[in-house]
Amino acid sequence: MSLFLETLIGGVLAGTLYALVAIGFVLIYKASGVFNYAQGSLLLFGALTFVSLKETGVPIAAALAVTAGLLIVTAVAIERFLLRPLTNRGPLTLFMATLGLSYLVEGVAQGLMGSRVRALDLGIEDLPLFLGDIMISRFDLVAAGVAVVLVVALALLFHRTRIGIQLRGVADDTRAALSLGIDIHRIWQIVWAVAGLVGLVAGLLWGARQGVQFSLSLVVLKALPVLIIGGFTSIAGAIVGGIVVGAGESLAETYVGPFLGGGITSWFAYGLALAFLLVRPAGLLGERPIERV
Amino acid sequence: MAGLSSRSGAQPLPLVIAPGILVLAAVTALVLAVPFLASEYWVNAIIVPFLILALAGLGLNLLTGFAGQLSLGSGAFMMVGAYATYALQLRVPGLPLPVALLLAGLLAGAAGLLFGLPARRIKGFYLIVSTLAAQFFFEWLFLKVPWFYNGNPSATIALPHGLSVFGLSAENPHGRYWLTLGTVALLTLLSANLVRGQTGRTWTAVRDMDAAAAVVGVQTRSAKLQAFFVSSFVLGIAGALWAFCYLGSASVQSFGLARSYQILFIIILGGLGTIRGAFLGAAFVSLLPLILDWLFQHLLSGHVDEGLRQNIQKAIFGLLIIGFLIKEPEGLARLLACLFAGPSGGRPRRRNLRDLNQETKP
Repeated sequence: MSLFLETLIGGVLAGTLYALVAIGFVLIYKASGVFNYAQGSLLLFGALTFVSLKETGVPIAAALAVTAGLLIVTAVAIERFLLRPLTNRGPLTLFMATLGLSYLVEGVAQGLMGSRVRALDLGIEDLPLFLGDIMISRFDLVAAGVAVVLVVALALLFHRTRIGIQLRGVADDTRAALSLGIDIHRIWQIVWAVAGLVGLVAGLLWGARQGVQFSLSLVVLKALPVLIIGGFTSIAGAIVGGIVVGAGESLAETYVGPFLGGGITSWFAYGLALAFLLVRPAGLLGERPIERV
Repeated sequence: MAGLSSRSGAQPLPLVIAPGILVLAAVTALVLAVPFLASEYWVNAIIVPFLILALAGLGLNLLTGFAGQLSLGSGAFMMVGAYATYALQLRVPGLPLPVALLLAGLLAGAAGLLFGLPARRIKGFYLIVSTLAAQFFFEWLFLKVPWFYNGNPSATIALPHGLSVFGLSAENPHGRYWLTLGTVALLTLLSANLVRGQTGRTWTAVRDMDAAAAVVGVQTRSAKLQAFFVSSFVLGIAGALWAFCYLGSASVQSFGLARSYQILFIIILGGLGTIRGAFLGAAFVSLLPLILDWLFQHLLSGHVDEGLRQNIQKAIFGLLIIGFLIKEPEGLARLLACLFAGPSGGRPRRRNLRDLNQETKP
């Protein structure tokens, strides 16, 4: 029983990290209808910049500020040179453009800052914590706490600020928002910047866990099934999906993995997502799309 | 009357038809002369992979370019083709290679059909999840189950020695070239006919607006599955050729996610929804690294380390993809058509209904 609980709790905590990555997708998808495949490389870019600055002796706060500034500039550039020229093009075209963007960002980031593995120490000691005889990773607990704080902050941003209301307006009905005089370009810039910053937090937490390196950009592939299960359009869905995937993955690896030769985490989440696609394509909390001719 | 004859004199009719035939004749002559003109290195390391990549691009183009179903699982279906060919050659003694290729293609097609099933209910980028599932599942399967690579300690597959097709040995470079060329030419011809006929029309109708296509009586669900099957069939044969006519011995890594991206880039750069786009894109993707190598050698006298070179190449590919999607979504195929027809000529730009549609959300 304690093995089951330990696996479950570890999986849930890891799942909050998946959710953190997935939230970046949901933000951008809601506001601009773009499925941003480059979220992973932006995450890598942020983490890599932070580590490089820290290695040259810049204090953590300053490094964080510079990285955040750089991500905001990147978001503005993406809006100006990628989204604006592609306005009103099909979703597939936009997706392929973000795939190109991910190559560009990865190439530039690794070309400038190198592709070796960097250790990132955030000053969180990873000592095991015992609840009775159940072992919990302290680092995972802190990461989950950060995720919760971030989600609350985003909820406040969406529901309590003027920008948030504009943002929801654009997400709901782009043309109605335009005719009310909402500057859609600015909204896009803000959303991409916020998604970049969420990505930075996720990147630092993942990076502290497994080192900052190219494979960091592959968490985008972990976030995809999370989105399918939770629904593309719901932040709450991203969180639920993240937890379902995290818990399911670690339970499956512990209990089913040994019968299949192990290593099934690489596709388990996708199998789960595939089942959802066949049964409930809109996900747990997503909106059902209505199509008109 | 005089005016009319002078007009037809200024632009004689035969010349209008001639370029197509001339291009065909030139390509045929070039293709037949390749083994005699090019060095063994060029045939082995550049022309054969180019032909196979073009075939793979063609396979994906049938699905993505013609039927509008996005896929990031090209590598997976190539993998199925390669491993199926290996298993058939190994376990069915005396099976001729062409039959093995055909059966492997059918198996890859069945795999495509299976992972294309969600396309019955979903569309757009939701499908990348389904095709990525194929990618990760087959990578795991062909690595974890020793039966597929016959327990080879390095987990690689290679064809048994002494294979030959129609007197062409698969062990010498010219034999491999002819085998590749024949397969690619045959499948290209079949695909070209397929997309020109009823099937192709159905696919483009589904691509441009599936709801509208369904309203006018197109069986959209079976059309999508059909596209998945045919596309994976072609990709599977391309995978088998890639493993045994180019690499010699292959592993799961030969068909990883990077391969899937590469095939997608080929058709974006070459031209979505055209047959020749796959060939142009494959040529571009094969030649760009060579050109970059040459530039680095001459401009920077070779002082670029391998990692940096790869990152620069990656960034350039990314930029090109974005640039093409913004400026010329129909890729090199259209650029070339414009070049031949002069600045004002060329067929009118095709308008995608979905692109015209103001809704950006599915």
